[in-house]
Amino acid sequence: MTHVAPGRADAGLSVGTHAHRGRWRAPALLTTLGLLLVAGMVSSAGVGQLTVSVTEVVGAALQGLGWQTAWAPDSDVTYQALWQIRFPRVAMSLAVGAALAVAGAVMQAIFGNPLAEPGVVGVSAGAALGAALAIVSGGVFAGVLGTAGLAFAGGVGATLLVYFMARAQGRTEVVTLLLTGIAVNAFAGAGLALVIFIGDSAAREQIVFWQLGSLNGSRWNEVAVVVALSIVAGAVAFAFARHYDLLALGERTAGHLGLRVERLRVVSIIVVAVLTGAAVAFAGIIAFVGLVVPHAVRMMVGPAHRMLLAGSLLGGATLMVWADLLARTAVTGAELPIGLLTSLIGGPFFFWLLRRARSKQGGWA
Amino acid sequence: MTAAFSVSGVTVTIGEATLVRDVSLDVRHGEVLALVGPNGAGKSTLLGVMAGDRTPSSGEVLCDGRPVAQWSAVDLARHRAVLTQDNQVAFPFRVHEVVEMGRAPWRDASAAEDVEAIARAMAEADVTHLAERTFTSLSGGERARVSLARVLAQRTQAVLLDEPTAALDLKHQEDVLTVARSLAAADVAVAVVLHDLSLAAAYADRIAIMERGRLAALGAPSEVLEPALLERVYGVAVRVIEDADGYPLVVPVRSHAR
Repeated sequence: MTHVAPGRADAGLSVGTHAHRGRWRAPALLTTLGLLLVAGMVSSAGVGQLTVSVTEVVGAALQGLGWQTAWAPDSDVTYQALWQIRFPRVAMSLAVGAALAVAGAVMQAIFGNPLAEPGVVGVSAGAALGAALAIVSGGVFAGVLGTAGLAFAGGVGATLLVYFMARAQGRTEVVTLLLTGIAVNAFAGAGLALVIFIGDSAAREQIVFWQLGSLNGSRWNEVAVVVALSIVAGAVAFAFARHYDLLALGERTAGHLGLRVERLRVVSIIVVAVLTGAAVAFAGIIAFVGLVVPHAVRMMVGPAHRMLLAGSLLGGATLMVWADLLARTAVTGAELPIGLLTSLIGGPFFFWLLRRARSKQGGWA
Repeated sequence: MTAAFSVSGVTVTIGEATLVRDVSLDVRHGEVLALVGPNGAGKSTLLGVMAGDRTPSSGEVLCDGRPVAQWSAVDLARHRAVLTQDNQVAFPFRVHEVVEMGRAPWRDASAAEDVEAIARAMAEADVTHLAERTFTSLSGGERARVSLARVLAQRTQAVLLDEPTAALDLKHQEDVLTVARSLAAADVAVAVVLHDLSLAAAYADRIAIMERGRLAALGAPSEVLEPALLERVYGVAVRVIEDADGYPLVVPVRSHAR
């Protein structure tokens, strides 16, 4: 089939001449974020009860990777502290931040709404319920991986439930989906309250602390799980970047351009559930990263999803590494829950977004 | 030559309501077919059935001789482009990015071909000067023209336009239908929903008048634009007069206007 319609008026103009103003912005943002990330990682690894110099951090990292340099720390204690406590924690914060931010960007793309966030569709609440059940039930589920596994299952289950409840006649309306998300959130919240009510005081304390979110005590095997899941789900998201752009035109028009909207949505829902579930399972509920980061990136480099996803990945990792450093060091001798910190910043930001949307376009219908 | 769209006996019911009732018509390559009728007559629904958005309750739509349901999404996107009434873009994409999205079905097209198609589409829809603006900052009429440019960039053999002139000023209304005519000259099949009967009379090869879901008349403008028929369909008395260029003008009888 030919697709050229000859005989139209000659245009004589090239799109290439549209200069693409602000083209430098994307590489500049990625470079800046990359530098900030590395700086954050090195600082976070060096700061704490045992202060380690920048060169020693780098030296220890290289030594662990099998490259002996003059910068390697003299004492084995320092080396062990870095590799067993600090490095896995930094790696975990990086992976969790990247996963949450990418999940947020994907969620906003499939809802066509910058307010959509993984927490909104019930992933966090479902995961919290799963983890609380594991903590209370004891036995095989009481271990770290057991808790994480149930949290993950709860998150995925809640998301799928929302999605299939909101479907009607092969389509999903955004309003219905968000309202169903509210119902699932309320239900999971009530379940969580019930579990806390039933549990003994030790379990209660554990649940409450997990809910607040923390990267304390991250281990390499946990990091490996989060990184592996994030890489797979993230790769799928990047593969769909162009499709997410089309989705901005609305479901119908995207369909007219050959996009299989329903299939894209199902796959994306699973991507979001995997990314968020993996992050929440090991770090607890860390809200608003998926909201703030993609929004900020969009304001700087525009809404095209290849750059948005790349920027969100780096931005989420950077934000979380620095937030964890702040959480660890803000109060002497104690550690703030990181979820508390992100909500403190994210909550007001959410209000600001709402107000801005209402004044500019009369809100989201 | 087979028709780009062949609608036979199509009925669409939603619950109690029958939106389209037993409509049969063809949209041929190289013609502009105008769909007209009062609000709620089923024009957009019929267009949606042709586009493949909506499965008819009964009846069938063939695209180039093959039932619409049997086409894959991408093949259909390479065959027909659709301009809907609702021209929203969720995020602040730039105009050239939106037009570029029209190239999505042609994944194997060369970059040069894409660039040429986008530039020409933007020139034809008169939006080249808006290229770097964000879509969300445009006026209603500008949005409609950018969306039209996106449809043109898709370079299909059939084009379905749902009220492309609704938000446009006088000049751009004429421009859009001139574009429709040049598409038809290139053997593209064009179906366009219009409200302005004089506009339809001047630019369409055939006019389909819809009345409460039914096809009330189908034919050349001079055949179907009958005052008695229009009065029945629209519920208002009209005069059909001839302008200096020989095109029919449909004017409501306004003896009591002032």
